[in-house]
Amino acid sequence: MDFSYTILIPLIPLALFIVLGIFSKKIPPSISGWIGSLGLGTSFVLSWYTAYTYFLEGKLNGVYQTFIYKNTWLNFTDKLHIDMGVLIDPISVMMLVVVSTISFMVHLYSRGYMKGDDGYTRFFSYLALFSFSMFGLVLATNLFQIYIFWELVGASSFLLIGYYYTKPSAVAAAKKAFIVTRFADLGFLIGILVVSYYAGTFDFQEINNLQGSIITNWAATSFMGLSVFTWGLILIYMGGIGKSAMLPFHIWLPDAMEGPTPVSALIHAATMVVAGVYLVARLFPVYYFVEDGFALQIVAYIGAISSLVAAVIAITQTDIKRVLAFSTMSQIGYMMLALGVSKYDGHEGLGFMASMFHLFTHAMFKALLFLGAGSVIHAIHSNEMGDMGGLRKYMPITHITFLIAALSIAGFPGFAGFFSKDEILAAAFENNMLIYISSVFVAGLTAFYMFRLYFGIFWGQEKQYKHTPHESPWSMTIPMIFLAFMSIAGGYFHFSEYVTADHIPFKSHLDLPLAAIATSVGLIGIILAFVFYKKENNLPERFAHAFGVFYKWTYHKFYFDELYIFITKKVLFGVVGFSAAWFDKYIVDASMVGIGNVTVSISNKIKGLQSGKFQDYAMSFIGGGVVIAMVIFYLWIN
Amino acid sequence: MIAGINIYEILTLTSILFFIGVYGFFTRENLITVLLSIELILNAAAVNFVLINTYLYPDLLQGAIFSIFIIALAAAETALAIAIIINLYKLIYSVEVKDTETMKY
Amino acid sequence: MDILSLFVVVPVLTVLVLVFAKNLKQARVISLIGMAIQFAMSINLIFAYIKERATNTDIMVFTKDVVWFENFNIHYSIGVDAISVVMIALTSTVVLAGIFISWKIDDLAKEFFVSLIVLSSGVFGFFISTDLFTMFVFYEIAVIPMYLLIGIWGSGPKENSAMKLTLMLMGASAVLSVGILGIYFNSNADGGALTFNIFEIAQVHIPEAAQNLFFPFVFIGFAVIGALFPFHTWSPSGHASAPTAVSMLHAGVLMKLGGYGVFRIAMYLLPLGALNWTDFFLVLAAFGVIYGAFGATMQKDLKYVNAYASVSHLALVLFALLMINKTAWNGAIIQSLSHGLLTALFFALIGMVYGRTHTREIEKLGGLMKILPFIGAIYVITGLAYLGLPGFSGFVAEMSVFVGAFQHPDMFHRVLTIVVVSSIVVTAVYILRMVGKIMMGPLSNMEYAKLPKATWYEKTGLILLMIPVVIIGVMPLGLSEMLKASIQPFLERLL
Repeated sequence: MDFSYTILIPLIPLALFIVLGIFSKKIPPSISGWIGSLGLGTSFVLSWYTAYTYFLEGKLNGVYQTFIYKNTWLNFTDKLHIDMGVLIDPISVMMLVVVSTISFMVHLYSRGYMKGDDGYTRFFSYLALFSFSMFGLVLATNLFQIYIFWELVGASSFLLIGYYYTKPSAVAAAKKAFIVTRFADLGFLIGILVVSYYAGTFDFQEINNLQGSIITNWAATSFMGLSVFTWGLILIYMGGIGKSAMLPFHIWLPDAMEGPTPVSALIHAATMVVAGVYLVARLFPVYYFVEDGFALQIVAYIGAISSLVAAVIAITQTDIKRVLAFSTMSQIGYMMLALGVSKYDGHEGLGFMASMFHLFTHAMFKALLFLGAGSVIHAIHSNEMGDMGGLRKYMPITHITFLIAALSIAGFPGFAGFFSKDEILAAAFENNMLIYISSVFVAGLTAFYMFRLYFGIFWGQEKQYKHTPHESPWSMTIPMIFLAFMSIAGGYFHFSEYVTADHIPFKSHLDLPLAAIATSVGLIGIILAFVFYKKENNLPERFAHAFGVFYKWTYHKFYFDELYIFITKKVLFGVVGFSAAWFDKYIVDASMVGIGNVTVSISNKIKGLQSGKFQDYAMSFIGGGVVIAMVIFYLWIN
Repeated sequence: MIAGINIYEILTLTSILFFIGVYGFFTRENLITVLLSIELILNAAAVNFVLINTYLYPDLLQGAIFSIFIIALAAAETALAIAIIINLYKLIYSVEVKDTETMKY
Repeated sequence: MDILSLFVVVPVLTVLVLVFAKNLKQARVISLIGMAIQFAMSINLIFAYIKERATNTDIMVFTKDVVWFENFNIHYSIGVDAISVVMIALTSTVVLAGIFISWKIDDLAKEFFVSLIVLSSGVFGFFISTDLFTMFVFYEIAVIPMYLLIGIWGSGPKENSAMKLTLMLMGASAVLSVGILGIYFNSNADGGALTFNIFEIAQVHIPEAAQNLFFPFVFIGFAVIGALFPFHTWSPSGHASAPTAVSMLHAGVLMKLGGYGVFRIAMYLLPLGALNWTDFFLVLAAFGVIYGAFGATMQKDLKYVNAYASVSHLALVLFALLMINKTAWNGAIIQSLSHGLLTALFFALIGMVYGRTHTREIEKLGGLMKILPFIGAIYVITGLAYLGLPGFSGFVAEMSVFVGAFQHPDMFHRVLTIVVVSSIVVTAVYILRMVGKIMMGPLSNMEYAKLPKATWYEKTGLILLMIPVVIIGVMPLGLSEMLKASIQPFLERLL
């Protein structure tokens, strides 16, 4: 089977980026919107076609084959070289579908949402750049290629978050996102250097090889008690923590909501933030086998803790996009913990499968939630929940699609989220009871804050609106309808027959007791939200008061931002940067100038010899003569 | 040979004379007196020549003749120096040493 | 006339014709034509070199040797290999871009172009020489006109900066000449004649004690112009006071003479000395990388930010050279090339902003992207390229250096490598701070709303510099393979 045509999938957006970027002033907005959408539509069709052919015909002896097409891009040493190419295996094909679907939907939606905006063409060129980078990332054949596209995705995110660049808050958010992820990428880079040095290769196939040097011989070199490969994997995961907004590098995600809402839907909900999950999935064999899964445990716990903390914070936030941002962080935490508790062979790899399944369904319903939020924001020109209420009368399509997505994320039976979340809980139940309990609690919280949002926007008391809100145009609602369809239908794919850890399909089944527990927890959350928020009342305030200090801490996102600003501004740049600059100006430079001053003062003293008095000259003359005479006399005597 | 007087005693005399001249050359503030000191130096040298002639080589005359040369030389040199001083006076209207220090840093 | 000597003759001829120029317009056009010819010649040299390399495997090609001063065995001997070809291409690109950027200089323009072109002829001569004495002569020609260029056409405390720069670089030359003479007088250690020719000296086994003694002299002599800590302080004030084209040329090209000299002379001719002194200088270089980066975050003047950024990135070149393996050396040369282009871009952009707003203070500038779209866009792209974004040459260079440096398994090298790698975060901070403040955000001064947009000559200069950055970033294989072949003989002496 020849999948080399998949190289077109990233190249089309690249061409779009170059054309739209260079000619951004000359192409009228309506055309650029169409060109962008058409291009991504082509990638969309190609991706689904690839998925269709691959999953139906890509098996050899019941194992999904990996297809690689690559070329050397840069040679380092004899063994280490960066290749550029495409790698087709179950998870990359799945990711192609996810990225192209969401990107295409967002392109269509943006045609309506960004209409009339000054930088319309620029926006589409940035979207194309992002799509190109994300495709390159999921198709990467080796560690350095994924790093290259990882950085490019970060740059696209920077440009898109800072799209409204005249707003200082947007610029600050863009900078913060870039720098936080860059710090995480530092860990990633060092991890790559470590792993590649001891393995002698960057290539994924060689690294993941079950008979390869890493998996069979990871204990050979160790550093401070752990194998060097464990260190490398932990460092590589650090990059994933940053990109996927896991604790402690999550602080950029809420601020990233400064970008236009389609951007939030595409990048910060469905695609870029799952790059960390994808990275661990891509390297899953080494994560699982090296040091008996030590690094994988770290993945699991960070995922679990992030999902819990994020869900708690989401309950108190009032900006709808921030609620959705923390919700994303929480759901990605689910994906990470599912990977973390997973094993490898066949049915034991349930966690892996569940994680990828949830990635797929989450992309659909989270993007839809963001697009719905964008629709609402577009109608009433505000992000704050306090300004919203009773919108179900004015925006029926937005209302229904939002409800579908909310039910899906809450895990209501029959919707896609129910199936994927259930698999995650089953995997957690089988492997780590503590994480299972935490995840069930998070499921309840998720339902609660999601329906708090839903009731707060579409029910409750109607607010004074500047002008009567109206439903969004078809260009915005059609993508939402499609995604709503996927938020239900997506759950019915037999995912375990397509995407598994060892590329061998298995049959999964619904575990009724666990499903019942999860569903009831979800229902409790929905009912509580109904009680608190359907009609306006002061029950929320009374509860907030009751929780007192804890509420305050949660509302301020546990003061992580303040802590980081303190460390960077006061300690790093205040102390280190300031001392460096001071040292340079007043000590190093002063010593160079000092050398000059010393020379000048010495010359001032010496110039006294040219006094102009002939008697002084005569004195020197006689003095010299006496000295020479004494020397000669001394030598004559001896 | 002068009876009863050692060579060293007269040598001391000429040395003292010489160094008085040198001291005068270094410290006098009037150009003319500097010239005077030069005369002292030259005369000390001349006496030295005669002395050595008398005490060490009594049969020869060269020392005494050379001292005549020295006197002639001193005269010529003094004339030259006075000429320079007169020209300098026309410029700066002074024969003080401290007015001649302009060629310095 | 052989292909290489033309590189020195064409600038001299341009200067001679310039002397007869009657007005500003003629002076500009003559300089442009001269340097455009030079640029075309350097591109031609790249292709001629590749063609020659297919058949000729000597270390240097297109060589020529003419006796200059018999008594001391000084020859005018020239030749190029891949590294020289690349550096010559860099120089001609930056000089041509500089001429475009300086189109509007109006007082004493003729003398300005004369000094600039004389300086560039010194640089070209340096890159083609293979005789120590000739190299040193051209090095001096490259350094001395800086005094005039900064002192007359500069801004701010220009006389002071010019004096500091020239005296410090002269001091470095003095130290360097001690080293060169040391090498010269030891070049008969195997019982031959004393010689200045690099390749003849390379055949001789200079005693280890002499190597240990003279290596620091030669290294420091070159490292001062390469802005090694603690000898870098001439750079911030010098670049800040210099006119735009001079900053571009100096930071972009002259500072690369340091790395080139270390590679060509210090390490090649004194390998044992190099091996003994690496650890000491490695610490200085690694410290310089992180120190320059942190220093840049604190600066208030745009040109100072760029100067400290250059200190940081050039220390990386020396760091890579001291790692003594093929990948790191490859990275060092690509970094010299990449940084030369990017810093020239930055200085050009800063010059354009300064020419319009008459201020370089970051606090006073803001929101210029809306008013100056082309300059703003190139500024953001250059900023992203400078911090090592893939797709641009900076990434290729830095990754080669990091991977090469990491190949040393011992703790000392590993710790220094990690310190240097972590500078990528600090670089992102100061670049984004600078870009975010002056280009993005709200307009800081209502008067800026009327600033003129980029002119044709400014756009040409910027695009000329950006194209190689992108080409190397997207297709690095050809360049890196070409360089590897030439690095091999030099590396062998040290292994």
